[in-house]
Formats: sequence, structure tokens, C-alpha cells
Amino acid sequence: MMTFILRRTGSLVLLLAAVSFITFTLFQLGPSDPAAAACGQECTPERVAEARVALGMDQPFFVQYADYIRGLFSSRMIGAPGAQTLCEWPCLGKSFQTNENVADIIGRSLPYTFSMAIGALVLWTITGVGLGLLAALRKGSPVDKFIVGAASVGVSLPIPVTGLFLLLLFVNQLHLLPFTTNEISSPFGPQGPGAWVANYLLPWIALAVLFSASYIRVTRTNMIETFGEDFIRTARAKGLAPRTVTFKHGVRAGITPVVTMLGMDIGLLLGGAVLTEQIFSVPGLGFTAVHAAISGDLPVTMAITMLAAFFVIVANVVVDLAYAAIDPRVRLQ
Amino acid sequence: MKRAEPLTQIQSVEPSTGSPPLPPATSPEATAPAEARSLLATAWMRIRRSKIALLSLCVVVAILLFAILAPVLSAMSGNDPYTSNTSPEVLDDFQTPGLPLPGYMYPSAQHWLGVEPGLGRDLFARLAYGGQVSLTIALLSTVVSVVLGTVLGAAAGYFGGKTDAIISRIMDLFLAFPHLLLVLSLTPILQSRLRDTPLGEGSFLPMASLVIILGFFGWAYLARIVRGQVLSLREREFVEAARSFGASHLSILFRQIIPNVMGVVLVYATMLIPTNISAEAALSFLGVGVKDPTPSWGQMLNAAQSGNWYLSDPWFLAVPGIMLVITVLAFNLLGDAVRDALDPKSSR
Repeated sequence: MMTFILRRTGSLVLLLAAVSFITFTLFQLGPSDPAAAACGQECTPERVAEARVALGMDQPFFVQYADYIRGLFSSRMIGAPGAQTLCEWPCLGKSFQTNENVADIIGRSLPYTFSMAIGALVLWTITGVGLGLLAALRKGSPVDKFIVGAASVGVSLPIPVTGLFLLLLFVNQLHLLPFTTNEISSPFGPQGPGAWVANYLLPWIALAVLFSASYIRVTRTNMIETFGEDFIRTARAKGLAPRTVTFKHGVRAGITPVVTMLGMDIGLLLGGAVLTEQIFSVPGLGFTAVHAAISGDLPVTMAITMLAAFFVIVANVVVDLAYAAIDPRVRLQ
Repeated sequence: MKRAEPLTQIQSVEPSTGSPPLPPATSPEATAPAEARSLLATAWMRIRRSKIALLSLCVVVAILLFAILAPVLSAMSGNDPYTSNTSPEVLDDFQTPGLPLPGYMYPSAQHWLGVEPGLGRDLFARLAYGGQVSLTIALLSTVVSVVLGTVLGAAAGYFGGKTDAIISRIMDLFLAFPHLLLVLSLTPILQSRLRDTPLGEGSFLPMASLVIILGFFGWAYLARIVRGQVLSLREREFVEAARSFGASHLSILFRQIIPNVMGVVLVYATMLIPTNISAEAALSFLGVGVKDPTPSWGQMLNAAQSGNWYLSDPWFLAVPGIMLVITVLAFNLLGDAVRDALDPKSSR
């Protein structure tokens, strides 16, 4: 077990290093010119050259990368010689737009993204697994067909369409919910948990519709497979109550693929739900990334992309570890 | 596609357990010799049996025709997607400036789907031409992904060793990146670089950059599947035979191996199309993909949201929204059907 964890963590560190390197390469050397972007619309060649020096781009590429990584571990000076400013730890560069420390921008956006992720996660797990299980238990019945049909439609609903429709219906027409504000970023704020739920309910639903559809499919397929296994028949033959067979034996065995999916989706969502945040004007990581991308604010987009990739990779490892803890067959490998 | 080589397991697979058993006498499965059928013919034979699959196929064909015939259909309605008409007879000047007046808001003989708020352009023409743009981007980026994924996946599986290790690690990396975020941030960068190249002309630029980016980030999953298939294929006798005749690696790869994974490739290609349609819509909706005046379904959603026109009247959201949902749904259902028909591992 210990070696498994060590090996997995080792490969995690390598993968994270690779991701940071590739993101850096794509943004710095790739089809872009950060200096021109930093310099803005009206820019003379001299000012581009100045900007290149200010960004440290006159340095060799590997020096730039090493500088960037160094900022993850300690504060460093940033800017042209003579006009350097301190970039405090953790230093991810400074925004071209506001000259603010990118880490501060990210720190400010994270609570919103967490709020979005948590509620949506709870909502889609309950509906997705619940309906998937119901469909599996009633396999072939009208209930099953209805749920499967609804899931097919659900995965085909693009977030912009669902999101705008929800806003139109519940906020604009029925006046049941307020339009999302950026004043509430946690349930423990002065407005209380009620306002937090009301604020994020529509984005949660928009995300949950899309995600729960795929959870319904995976849960249903896996549960049907599990219910056909010998140990379920054995449990039934032993005279156990149907409820015990279903939940204690069936669900525990059939739920593992759902756990995998959940881990991956949490990782994905922590990187920011770009579309949902944009539609509901929730200033999380995704929202910040869109605006940075449109205005060419490279340090911000680069840092958020890297962070999001980190979340996905870490989630991957956590899922593997959880698997190793649950399933003895994995431990032996 | 008819080949003399041994069959893949895909072509000889039994119908999935989910489909009702057919009496052997009427079943084309049982009467026709399996060897004589090509991949597409097999798929068609299975798809024909499912009502939902047939219906989704018809809808897909209808949508493709709608997009291809956009110039004809718009000409029939007497409109084009670019001419704006902001005269006070068409657009409100008073209460909600820019909102089409009742006679122009909804379907009429003159404007089949009404006109757009703000600029008064014909919505039907924009929907049809927008379909052309959206579907072209989705299909071409799928082609890019499929070619990359098939070739790289097959090379990884066939050559093994170092080649496999390198390609597999690249696949892992591509799968780790949050696609939408990366695509979102790289699209404007790529566009600024493409601007001075032959690809950078006018409305062509956003399309080209979306095709390149969506295609470039969509191949890894398919490559992983193809690699898995090729790992077992390369040990088969017909590959051995080709090798003993002195066929080169490239020739074996492209003439023996890849034709035999086309079933799986077809399945994942069909499933990639709706993903790419949604991705185009998402990016254009966010304002980094197709931009006004070029229409696309995502751009139309963007137009409905900007200025909150969709709150003034849901119609502006409904037109591109319903079209998008129907298209993605039809392609998704068709993808499911193709998978059920061709993928032996599908369990439905």
C-alpha cells in the first residue's frame, strides 16, 4: 500500500511538472506574443522591446521557466531592471490588465468556484445515482424507459441553453429567485446559508442537469451488471431482505465506477465551470479565465489553466488511492 | 472498404443482447454471409432495426440538408443573413429600442423566423447559414481529431516500446488538461497568429482556428481506444503474413492495421461530432469563437444574451437553442446507435 502511494505520488509530481512546462511553453513560445499582448493595442516596436525586457522575455526560455517555477516556492522580483516590483509568494506573475498579483486574483475567485462546485456536486450525485439506481431496479419498465430517455435529452442540453432558460423562467418570469450576485461567496457570510443557496441554486441546477444525465447512464449500466452477478443471487438465496441485497451488496459493489467519475468531475469543476459562471455572472475561476482570455491577459489565463490541470491530475490520484483502499485487487498490483 | 483480409471482431460480432431476437429466417444477419458485408453495411443493417436510431438518422440528414441548402432556402425566402434593416417599420424605436415590432418578431411569410433584434437581420437566413458554419467546424475538427487519434494510437499500439511510451504519456497529458479552459485561452492567441497567414481572411479566421484547436485537443481519447485495439491486432496472423511478404511497417500500419480499427473509429467519431458542436456553441457564446457578423448557432446564442434580448422575448433564445438541442440530441442518439451496432463491448 505504502509503495503504491509513493509511486503514485511520484508520478503525480512528474505529471504536474510536465503540465506546468507545457502550459508555459504553449503560452510563451506557442503561437502568441506575450509582449505584444502586454503592450496593448497601440504599440510601437520600441515599446514591444521594452515590454519584452520587463517580462523577462529577453532571457533564454529555460531561465524564464525556472523563474516562473521559482515563484511557486518563494517571492521574487519581477519587471524590467530598475523598475522591479516585488511579486509575493506564491508568485504566478502579475496581471497585464491590473498589475495585480495573479495569485491574489485566483485566491479571490476560488470561493465562488467552490460554492458552485459543492452544491452542483451534491445535487447531481443524488439525482444521478438515485435515478440510475431506480432505473436499474425497474429495468425495462416505463419508469426505466422514461429515465433513460430523460438522460439522453439531458446530456444533449448545452449549458448556455439550459442556463439562459433557467434565468428566463425563474428569475425573469416567475420572480422566484434573485439574479446571482457576487456578494455571496460562502454559506457562512452575513447573509446566511439561505441566501447562499438561493444565489447558487440556478447554476447548480444548470450544471446538475448535464452531469446527472451521464451519472444516470453509468449508474444504471453498472448496477444492472452487478445485479446479474453470482454473489447477488447468493445473497438472495440466503434469504436476505431485498433491501439489504440491493443496498448492502449491490450498490457497494456497483458504485465504484461512479466514484471514479465523481473524482474526475470534482477535479474538473474546481478548475472553474467556465460557461455556467459566465452565464450567471459568478466571478469564479472560469469567469475570470474568460475575461482574461478575451483581453489577452496571459499570466491570468496561464495560471488558471495550470491550476485547473493540477486539480484534474490530483483528483486522478485521489481516485486511484480511494480505489486501492476500497478494492483489494488494486492493492496487489 | 471490402477487403480480403480476415475479419475484425467488429464485423463478426453478434447483435447486442439488448435487441430483440429475430427469427432466423427473416434475419439478414443469419442469411447473408458475414464476410461479404462492409463496415457501413453492417452498421446500417443494425441501425435499420431501431426506430430511435432511424429517426435520429433522418433528423441528422435533415439538419445537414438544411445547412447545405442554406443559400437556396434563404433565396427562397428572399433574404440573406447579413442585410440589416433598422427602419422604424421593422424595429421598435420607442419602448424597447431595437426590439422587432410584433409583425417582424415572429414567423411570417416575409421573414420565416422573424428578424433579429438590434440589427433587423433575417433570423431564418442566419440560422441556416449559422448551421453551415457550426456544422463545418464540428465536422472538420472531428476529422482532424480522428486522423490524429487513429494514426497516433495505431502507431503507439503497433510499434510499442519507446514510441508507445512517448505517445501514451502525451495522451495522458492531453487528457489531464481541462479542455474548455485551454481551448478558450488558446483560441484568441491562435487567431492573432493566424491573422497574417492565408487562413486569416475575414470570416474564415475564427472557423480555421476553432477547427485547429478543437481538432488538436480532441484526439487523445480516441487514440487510447485505438491503441488498445491495435495491441491485440498486431499479433494476428494476417499482420504476420504481411510482414513475411516483406511489407514495410508503414504499409502494414496503413493497409492492414488501420482498416481493421475503422469500426471503433467510426463509433467515436460519431460521438465526437455532438461534443464539437457543443464546443463551438460554447466558445462562440463566450465570444472567442465565431463573431458577428458571421452567424453560427453559438454566435446566435451570444446575440440573444447580449443586451438581454432573450429576456425581452424568449423567441430569440428559442430559435438557436432548440436547433442546437435537436442537433446535439440527434447526433448523440445516432452515436449511441452506431456504438450499439459496431462496438462489441457496448453493454446496452
